[in-house]
Amino acid sequence: MPMSSRTISPEIQYADLSQQGDTAQLGMWVFITTETLFFGTLIFTYYIYRILYSHEFDVAARDAVLWCGSANIGILITSSLTMVLAINAAADGRRRAMIWWLIATAALGMCFLGIKGYEYNLDYNDKVVPVANFEMKPGEAPAGELFWVFYWVGTGLHAIHLTIGVGLVLYMLLWRIRRGEITPDYYAPLEVVGLYWSFVDTVWLFLFPSIYLVGRS
Amino acid sequence: MTTIAIDLPRNYATEENTIVSWLFTKDHKRIALLFFASITFFFFIGGFAATMIRLHLATPGGLLQPSVYNRMFTVHGVMMVWFFLIPSIPNTFGNFFLPMMIGAHDLAFPRVNLLSWYVFNLSGLVLLYALVMGGIDTGWTFYPPYSTQYASGYVFAAALAVFINGFSSIMTSLNFVVTTHRLRAPGMTWLRLPLFVWAMYSVSIVMLTATPVLAMDMFLLCVERFIGVGMFDPSRGGDPILWQHMFWFYSHPAVYIMILPAMGVVSELISCYARRPIFGYLGMVMALMAIAIISFFVWAHHMFVAGISIYSAVVFSLLSFFVAVPSAIKVFNWTVSLHKGSIVFDAPMLYALGFVLLFTIGGLTGLIVATLAVDVHVHDTYFVIAHFHYIMVGGTVSAFFGGLHYWWPKMTGRFYPESWARFAATLTFVGFNLTFFPQFILGYLGMPRRYYTYVPAWESWNLLSSAGASILAVAYALPLFYLGWSLLYGRRAGPNPWGATGLEWTTPSPPPTHNWELTPTVKLGPYSYNPEDGSYITQDGVKHAYV
Amino acid sequence: MDQYHWVPFWPRTAALNAVVVNNLYIAELGLCGLIIAMVVGMMMTFCVRYRQGSTVSRADRVKKTWHWEITWTTATLVAFLVLFCWGASIYIWLFKTPPGDIEIYVVAKQWMWKFQHPGGQREIDTLHVPVDKTIRLVMASQDVIHSFFVPAFRVKRDVVSGTYETIWFKATKTGTYQIECSQFCGVQHATMKGYVVVMTPADYAAWLTSHGIRESLALQGEALFRQYGCSGCHGANSTVHAPTLVGLYGSIVHLQNGGAVRADERYIHDKILMPNEQIPAGYPSNVMPSFAGQISEDNILKLVAYIQSIGSQEFSR
Repeated sequence: MPMSSRTISPEIQYADLSQQGDTAQLGMWVFITTETLFFGTLIFTYYIYRILYSHEFDVAARDAVLWCGSANIGILITSSLTMVLAINAAADGRRRAMIWWLIATAALGMCFLGIKGYEYNLDYNDKVVPVANFEMKPGEAPAGELFWVFYWVGTGLHAIHLTIGVGLVLYMLLWRIRRGEITPDYYAPLEVVGLYWSFVDTVWLFLFPSIYLVGRS
Repeated sequence: MTTIAIDLPRNYATEENTIVSWLFTKDHKRIALLFFASITFFFFIGGFAATMIRLHLATPGGLLQPSVYNRMFTVHGVMMVWFFLIPSIPNTFGNFFLPMMIGAHDLAFPRVNLLSWYVFNLSGLVLLYALVMGGIDTGWTFYPPYSTQYASGYVFAAALAVFINGFSSIMTSLNFVVTTHRLRAPGMTWLRLPLFVWAMYSVSIVMLTATPVLAMDMFLLCVERFIGVGMFDPSRGGDPILWQHMFWFYSHPAVYIMILPAMGVVSELISCYARRPIFGYLGMVMALMAIAIISFFVWAHHMFVAGISIYSAVVFSLLSFFVAVPSAIKVFNWTVSLHKGSIVFDAPMLYALGFVLLFTIGGLTGLIVATLAVDVHVHDTYFVIAHFHYIMVGGTVSAFFGGLHYWWPKMTGRFYPESWARFAATLTFVGFNLTFFPQFILGYLGMPRRYYTYVPAWESWNLLSSAGASILAVAYALPLFYLGWSLLYGRRAGPNPWGATGLEWTTPSPPPTHNWELTPTVKLGPYSYNPEDGSYITQDGVKHAYV
Repeated sequence: MDQYHWVPFWPRTAALNAVVVNNLYIAELGLCGLIIAMVVGMMMTFCVRYRQGSTVSRADRVKKTWHWEITWTTATLVAFLVLFCWGASIYIWLFKTPPGDIEIYVVAKQWMWKFQHPGGQREIDTLHVPVDKTIRLVMASQDVIHSFFVPAFRVKRDVVSGTYETIWFKATKTGTYQIECSQFCGVQHATMKGYVVVMTPADYAAWLTSHGIRESLALQGEALFRQYGCSGCHGANSTVHAPTLVGLYGSIVHLQNGGAVRADERYIHDKILMPNEQIPAGYPSNVMPSFAGQISEDNILKLVAYIQSIGSQEFSR
């Protein structure tokens, strides 16, 4: 480590730093459990309607922009890789590598959001925003509008989560790492952010096929 | 006595006494008191609504406009469920005593704990906004399509408040689970945990698993209400019954979120005041966990007449009977815990005994509503109202007051006035039964819930119920006065005034900021009371003679 | 009208299943009373005998508890299972609607109950039925969820918007019994009441005639069938590729997606409002327009009654 890092002492309720780090990770795992149930409920509801109106949903889903969704899944999986590499670098004390991998992660996250925004723009012009700007195309049924409700709610909530993820990575870069609070001895905060990042990534792994792929064959 | 002149030893409350130090505290004990202030405020709003309901129903003619009455029972339900009952015991006593009972210096994430309080108040403010702007009249269950299309009022704001409130639940319960896993003192094995800690642990698991489902549910309701996409509107392809499934998937476990902490408190009280070990500790632990798990598989018993298939109704009825088994085990264990004890009838014990009786009645009438054929008749009538009030008010609120008196000396360093407290406990029991027992009869007679008027034949029972409610109101307001008085003039309490065995009683009263200078070492399980000579051993292994 | 001379303890019992439910309820009250007596008895005894200061010996407390736990787990489980089986068997009997002697259509709306008899007689908030006959109600809601509840019959069923719910009862005593709405449905929820008037068969026949033999529901439905243009496609002379509706009611419809469904009231109702769901095999989708929002639940019921009548004609032939 080239820089002088501050000595970090555990908070009062912990015996040592490793206990503090373990606890932080457990906390994130528990939080991810609740998030899984949150998105799980949405996807479950979505599939109930998907089964009920399979034909209508299939027709409606053909208007979803496939290349945007596919590009985004590639971007997100890559960003999970860079996140893990950043954590590896932190564990080995390669500070420069860690910073660059984190910058790459944040950049990929923002890239995802950019594509998503562009896709939203296409969707708006395609008139598939329920109630606000919606037009039934020939061959479509009213129940197809429900598909778009789930599309906007699902991708919207995911985008909010990803924005928070980018915020957390930037917080790590601009605050915790700059102040020297991430050391090879104690990099649990980075691992916690990494867990969250991978979770948001995983949500897309479920949303992508549900929205873009099912019924397209 | 020169009580007021004596300086208290440095403790969590006096360490630094500025408003900022309270608002930005990370100390779990201070946050517990902040929560205490918030939920008391909401309790009295919900209580005010309840008072108006009972005043109105004293006669068939009533005194409120129908729309006002409908707003009253909605406020009562929403306030009491999400702003009092669910946070009541966990966020106050759990926050204060869970770390102390397991020998920790604080919760695992103190900042998250503080944030939970702010989020809780934020959700309360959103709800108050909805009330001030004109209220809501959907009932606490928000059934669409009424709530989404037909209801006037601020349904969106109210649903949003419940959504935000969920974050507070999740933050607090996450803290409890992680703390229980990671911060137990050396020697504090899982089977040495006091039952209160087990109750907090099991309730946190339920909260963590159920709340996200409600969050998504409320989120979709907000979307539906706000832009009207027809997700739950049958004329546009939606399914209103699906919403009920999702709602009860949270809200049935929520009933156990309300009662499990109470069970934990009562186990502490009965063992301490009967001066003997709790009967069947392991059975009690397993019953808590069994209730927590089975509670997730009974939700559709709220929908036996809503048009679900006959066979799913049969399965859910069977599962509902199963969830009653561990509850029955607990009742028997509490009762037998009195056997060969040396029972002291202090106010907390009176509340605890009252709890056992009322919970038994509530639980047994739960069997009646779980029986399919009878439920067809009593569903959505006052029978159900009486049943769940016996559990939530007779059960949880009694346990809350019992715990409040029991831990009062620890929290404040002062005794409450014993005879006043015994009087209030007795009054609660009498007032409660007068209020809610007549409602069983009304329910079987066929009086549906949420009626602002009723046939004259039902007047006597309603009048009796309202009379009981006025007694209950006095019994609930009394502690506010004498506990307030005791803060200034109460007798000073030592570290362990009741001779209890939990680790929390090995600290000074009130405890210092980080509970212990040195992390204590735990030598044995809880409840080492000996009724033969009155001696007891606290969990750090020190044997005390009974005074 | 429910009338009591003294404080009421018990609702009137005026239907076949009400007696059955009463028996089960009384048995449950008995069991509850027994358990409460046991708990209170033990508690009182222990509280007095083992109060602090009493000199009774506290030695030899029960230390091994598991066999006690197993005992009362088993005991409660067995008792509960008995109650469960009892309750479930009645419920299955009650919710497997038998073919009714008389079928009455009910439309619930804020805040009234509308009844339509098969002969075309219509009533609001009052329902006249003969005694000792199985009455089958087919219920729809025009707006929010309501719940049809007659305490004296111990029957209740939510009337969920967007679907049909059926319920049946067999009144055993003549008289007037209260109908309640037990699902909160808006400001005047408490006034959404009505009465069931149970009459002797002779009185019922007299009532039917005095209320005029209007056009039967099915006839009214037939008029609507033409008025809404249904006959243009589904009629006998139609050239459009649409299924004939003769003989449809009660038959099994094979669907495009491979499933099959029985063409009951609910199916016909849903097809009128959402024609592109559950498309029968061999027919194209997106041909029939949806009638959602253009036709009231009352009129749908008449159409259903008409389609039912041509179904049963075919069936009886």
